[in-house]
Amino acid sequence: MTMSKTTYREAIKAALAQEMQRDATVVQIGEDLRGGQAGTNPELESGKVEAFGGVLGVTKGLWTEFGSDRVIDTPITESAIIGMAAGAALTGLRPVAELMFMDFFGVCYDALYNQAAKFRYMFGGKARTPLVVRGMIGAGFSAAAQHSQSPYNVFAAVPGLKVVAPSNAYDAKGLLIQSIRDDDPVVFCEHKTLYDVKGEVPDDPYTIPFGVANYTREGTDVTIIALSAMVNAANTAADKLAAEGVSVEVVDPRTVSPLDEEGILESVDSTGRVVIVDESAARCGFGHDVAALIATRAFGSLKAPIELVTPPHTPVPFSPVLEQAWLPDAARIEAAVRKVVSA
Amino acid sequence: MALTKSALLSAYRKMTEIRAFEDRLHEENATGDIPGFIHLYSGQEAIAVGVCENLNDTDYIGSTHRGHGHCIAKGCDLNGMMAEIFGKNDGLCHGKGGSMHIADLSVGMLGANAIVGGAPSLAIGAALSAKTLGNGGVAASFTGDGGSNQGTVFEAMNMAVVLELPIVFVIENNGFGEATGRDYAVGAPSIAGRAASFGMPSTTVDGTDFFEVYDATYEAVERARRGGGPSTIEATAHRWHGHFEGDAQLYRTADQVAELRKNQDPLMKFRAKVIGRKVTAKELDAIDAEARERVDVAVAKARAAEYPPQESLLSDVYVSY
Repeated sequence: MTMSKTTYREAIKAALAQEMQRDATVVQIGEDLRGGQAGTNPELESGKVEAFGGVLGVTKGLWTEFGSDRVIDTPITESAIIGMAAGAALTGLRPVAELMFMDFFGVCYDALYNQAAKFRYMFGGKARTPLVVRGMIGAGFSAAAQHSQSPYNVFAAVPGLKVVAPSNAYDAKGLLIQSIRDDDPVVFCEHKTLYDVKGEVPDDPYTIPFGVANYTREGTDVTIIALSAMVNAANTAADKLAAEGVSVEVVDPRTVSPLDEEGILESVDSTGRVVIVDESAARCGFGHDVAALIATRAFGSLKAPIELVTPPHTPVPFSPVLEQAWLPDAARIEAAVRKVVSA
Repeated sequence: MALTKSALLSAYRKMTEIRAFEDRLHEENATGDIPGFIHLYSGQEAIAVGVCENLNDTDYIGSTHRGHGHCIAKGCDLNGMMAEIFGKNDGLCHGKGGSMHIADLSVGMLGANAIVGGAPSLAIGAALSAKTLGNGGVAASFTGDGGSNQGTVFEAMNMAVVLELPIVFVIENNGFGEATGRDYAVGAPSIAGRAASFGMPSTTVDGTDFFEVYDATYEAVERARRGGGPSTIEATAHRWHGHFEGDAQLYRTADQVAELRKNQDPLMKFRAKVIGRKVTAKELDAIDAEARERVDVAVAKARAAEYPPQESLLSDVYVSY
């Protein structure tokens, strides 16, 4: 298989393009996926200009390749975007709806939470809702309180939704192709600080199954469980600690729902010491869910109390100084590892 | 639009089935054997049927919490509906949805919907599918006067105009959202006028008159099928029962309801218009009797049916997980 050094952004775009080539029912729906509709630049008339290609350029080029019937620019109207995508998914399309910033789920949550997630169960198993909702998560850009959150914990609490949060370009492409081919509604969380990070990615399409964790570091003393951008921070901490003789295993579940419970427990059983890193929430977050899993299923293996590294229970602050203090980083992870090792 | 005799009889059959179904549910509910809440459609039959007689099985509708009439008009099986309302395994949703979530995608029924204003954004999705797949299909969504104030409805209307989607937004103005009157809750003088301001054809019809609803929908559906985009129809009618069964209806008097039933009965209006022309009173009376028999059978089957097995609790959350 031919591999290329590819950014997370390009890997996501390749997944979208390849699935659109493969399946004519795959459509993209969102704000400024092309951009420039009714703009005053005369060159827009030529049909060659993509004014935005997504606010961070993820969908740039798709409109040129597939046209307005399949790359559908919408007004700023999230409630109608997600509702329309859910209805279209019930009736023969495989829509990929872009929410831009996941924070905006607040203005359209009904369509996802009360509608798409529940169709199959409410209708007695007769519905399929092959819907993907893509959006950016994560702090680190001083995008402030309404453009920096990581609400994958909220989505994962809803039966009927699947929730994906890839930490690297390879996983992003394989998991997004799986999401588009999947017959259930999937919330696909792209961390905005990862878009320019490169990795080796196969040129051809491939899928990664949901609910299969990836061990990004193997070790024997401590297990770190981390997701999305926090995997990179965990790897950094693990590499530094390795130089000091502390052997750290890093487990990236890759999907929040379904969760690879056995993959996590296997590592915990072997190390007996656990640090969980989670950007979602200081209360009722992904980290607390994993901690509860370990406490109920692997208590006998634990040699030390579980350590959680999360942001404080505050909105995401704007000023870079405050934002850096808010965001879990390698130094805090390292400190947590030292604590469980010495306990 | 001049309808054939068989089309008239088909429309009447559906309207009278809705009436018989709902009147019987009113009685069955009083026995305490129906779980949860039910919301009855009596008084609005001409709207569901006037709209759906213009649609095929491959067209889709989105519905409301008051959805039994829409289901019957779109072709859902009466036995499956009744069993669902009783919470039985033979129900259209195997007892997992109930009155407020009856769905049958095989006849284009996208589900009753317990979220007020929930249908329009889903229905524009069905319209997008029809447009993208190029199959000539259309969608219709039902929303009440109460639901017409929801922001999602406005967003769906604007999106439909922008994307030129083949959809008919039907607003059923029955005068009340729960216990609050339309004149209090709708700030605009006309719901149809508000829809028109989004840039689509919009009209108001007497929703107790099947022919007015049918003709307005015929025009809107034809326009949608030939690529002319969305329309809105505001149909005024009256809710004969309370918001939900058990509602004491302190917001209106029993005399007012009796007056509505006497003078605003969609079935009586239909009979007055057709008897002596293409059909006879005897033919319609026979259809009434058949409808009551079909509902009798549906109730008997639903009562005799089994509740869902315990193992179904965990099934069908996902296609695969």
